[in-house]
Amino acid sequence: MTTNRRSFIKAAGSLTVMFSLEYTGLLASALTMNNLELPEVLRRNPSLSAWLQVLTNGSVRVFTGKVELGQGLCGAIAQVTAEELDLKADKVEVVIADTRRTPNEGFTGGSFSTENSVLSIRYAAAAARRELLDLAAAVLMAPAEELQMADGKVSFKSGGRSLSFFELLEGKKLKSEIRLPLQLKPKEQYRISGKSVHREDFKQMVVGAEMYIQDLRFPGMVHARTISPPSYDARLISLDEAGLNKVAPVLTVIKDGSFIAVICEDEYQTVKAQQHLSAQAKWSVSQKTTSAKSMPELLKSLTVITSKVKTASIVFPEEAKTIKAAYYKPYVMHGAIAPSCAVARYKDGLLEIWTHSQGAYPLRDTISSLVKIPTPQIHVTCIRGSGCYGHNGSDDAAAEAALIAVAFPGRHIRLQWSREQEHSWEPYGTAMYMELEAILAMDGRIAHFRNSVWSDAHYIRGNPGYLNLEGLRANPVVQKANPAGSGGYRNADLYYAVSNQTVTANFFNGPLRTSNLRSLGSYANLFAVESFMDELAAQAGIDPFDFRIMHLEDKRAIEVLERLKRTVITLPKEKNAAIGIAFSRYKNSAAYIAVAAQVKVHPSTFKITPVKLWAVVDVGEVISLDSVINQIEGGMIQATSWTLFEEVRFEQKTVNSRNWASYPIIRFNDIPEVEVEVISRPNEKLQGVGEIAMCVTPGAIANAINRACGKRIRNLPVGEQLKL
Amino acid sequence: MSNVVLNVNGQTHRLDIDPATPLLYVLRNQLYLNGPKFGCGMQQCGACMVLIDGKAQYSCTMPVSLAEKKLITTLEGLASTQGKLHPVQQSFLDEQAAQCGYCLNGMVISAVGLLNTSVHLDDAAIKKGMQRVLCRCGSQARVMRAIKRAIPTNKK
Ligand code: FES
Ligand code: FES
Repeated sequence: MTTNRRSFIKAAGSLTVMFSLEYTGLLASALTMNNLELPEVLRRNPSLSAWLQVLTNGSVRVFTGKVELGQGLCGAIAQVTAEELDLKADKVEVVIADTRRTPNEGFTGGSFSTENSVLSIRYAAAAARRELLDLAAAVLMAPAEELQMADGKVSFKSGGRSLSFFELLEGKKLKSEIRLPLQLKPKEQYRISGKSVHREDFKQMVVGAEMYIQDLRFPGMVHARTISPPSYDARLISLDEAGLNKVAPVLTVIKDGSFIAVICEDEYQTVKAQQHLSAQAKWSVSQKTTSAKSMPELLKSLTVITSKVKTASIVFPEEAKTIKAAYYKPYVMHGAIAPSCAVARYKDGLLEIWTHSQGAYPLRDTISSLVKIPTPQIHVTCIRGSGCYGHNGSDDAAAEAALIAVAFPGRHIRLQWSREQEHSWEPYGTAMYMELEAILAMDGRIAHFRNSVWSDAHYIRGNPGYLNLEGLRANPVVQKANPAGSGGYRNADLYYAVSNQTVTANFFNGPLRTSNLRSLGSYANLFAVESFMDELAAQAGIDPFDFRIMHLEDKRAIEVLERLKRTVITLPKEKNAAIGIAFSRYKNSAAYIAVAAQVKVHPSTFKITPVKLWAVVDVGEVISLDSVINQIEGGMIQATSWTLFEEVRFEQKTVNSRNWASYPIIRFNDIPEVEVEVISRPNEKLQGVGEIAMCVTPGAIANAINRACGKRIRNLPVGEQLKL
Repeated sequence: MSNVVLNVNGQTHRLDIDPATPLLYVLRNQLYLNGPKFGCGMQQCGACMVLIDGKAQYSCTMPVSLAEKKLITTLEGLASTQGKLHPVQQSFLDEQAAQCGYCLNGMVISAVGLLNTSVHLDDAAIKKGMQRVLCRCGSQARVMRAIKRAIPTNKK
């Protein structure tokens, strides 16, 4: 275990790994004219050694500025590297975002990570291949065409002498710049890419190896907890610390305005101190009057900034007979299974932070302005946490740990949020409200479509004002702005071929703190759009599959629906159950997915049972088949949970969903079966897969419920039992 | 502080500790184990599961003093001393039954506990037995497959 621990801490960056070997390589390969097709991050960081290193043991280490969120990013990166360099995937070590070691790739979002990072690494590996072959050609005095690469060695195709990558480099770094043109391996020759490769990290997971932020342990590390106010607007009036030392041996209590933290040597003693201080703290009382308004009414009553997303050239004929429906989606939590955690140390003017944030560099900037330490004196290392599905409490915990470390310098501080803190202080996925309207032509086609969306922000990272901490401190840095962004109207317009579409987004500054949650506005927008499509199909008297297909021109879109139809059409009818479907092209420009849900509605209790979900997806090129399937399966189950059960409850500024009892999520009893079909298109652009299942699941479930019992779901969550 | 003697994964540990400390903290902080995880500290999520005398139990609320004189097995202790994985660990690996893997400890330990009680398990019995463990990544369908694969009578 000791060696494991060491290498884990080393990988986590507590020992700086430096490569000081002098570079005396051959001349760089010829530079070329047009690099515009390279991912932007490669154009900014063209130096190959920033992306890829050859290690003494014959492995290759690659650096990604993105983070592993459980989505299998590291596995996919290992696969493309191994593919280009003809290595085994387990010979590739992946280092994730770290301000000391990896390029700056901003934040990791569910769908951008695979697209951009995997491509960048593929180019880097191809550049490494070329450099290694060139080196071997020089050493072996043979044309590169006569050489071959296998298992980390270059040899003559005809056999004979071989040289390992490490021998070729003689301990030096790779020195090429990554520029086009680059010879990528022809896709027909792929051995690993596109296949289901078992993830390397699973082997560590099943034996309980150290791998999560929560597992970091440093010599002399102490434990911190914070004491949170009971509501967003409560402020500290007084804190009686007398008697604290009888409860637990406390090292220090840190106060800054309404921000309170306590530190002890031992974790449980810190918890006791936290509980004691929580009981002693007197807070200004927040108003708790329940609004008489329904949530949709409340959202519609807020001041909005309106933006026109799409305007039809033909004016919506107001006098015509229209079909209208409005839909509501509540605030939803990220609800990571692990509450947020961070480790920080401030020593000799250097602030080090270990975090499960989605971005090392942007977080460093934020923390720099928060603690007024210049960025060169701050190191941020990302370590994996539990699946976050967007911006949860990670950044808050990291910033709080940093603030605590600066106030208590010298030792590593581990800050662990409680379950209640994660539930009540994470930034939620915003509540949304959608009003849809359409006119059907005589032939059943949609002639006019109109959609008005109400949404709060789906992205708040940026200035320190986005942190909880800032609201609590005595001298906050900057206040929260109201960034209306495209997330709110993502997929609010139809991908269906309807020429007259008008879409309006109304951004409000709502009662709860919000930020990005898996798929952003697409979940709510496609719940509305795909439910509405079924309502329109019913009006037109056309089968839901056919109604969608007749409105599509894109062959790939039609294919996912037709395949899904083939799968579910032959199924025997189940009593009290029905199948509903939904389709989307994510962002109307990325991956395709069609989902069918079979749902049972109990005839007397109206209990809802999700029986089975089928998905057909087209994500372009597939890197790891099982990772794609895994994310779609998991996405459908998570979205089933959102759709049936989840809603953040609150009164004014007080969140009442404070644990898994007051904010329940799906448990095994309600888990549906899932089945995924992947259409592989190796020559199409690879598309992110992480978010696409979220958007189609609610519509499919709602449509199934409608077909099973006639009830149309307009407000989420559905509830365990139908409210008739 | 008082003396507490624990038997964990076949080894005896003598600790001088606040007897009210939850077993989970002791396993992680004093014994440096990573298998059992902190998820809620209130018996709601199952991330902290350990086997106590062969039964899957929450370690987040159990005072360490109550864990004395019991055989405690954590995820680290499931594999044989030669490193051969427990059949449940192996089937989770074969089915790739996780995403972030944070819940995996609770899943594997609960599944072992369940299989210790009975090997005649249909879907409903597995679901019931696994009801205490949450997964945010939606890996439950894979977990179901992994558990079915680990049932000895299901072996092909
Ligand atoms: S941590 Fe013990 S049940 Fe959640
Ligand atoms: S795999 Fe992430 S919580 Fe279960």
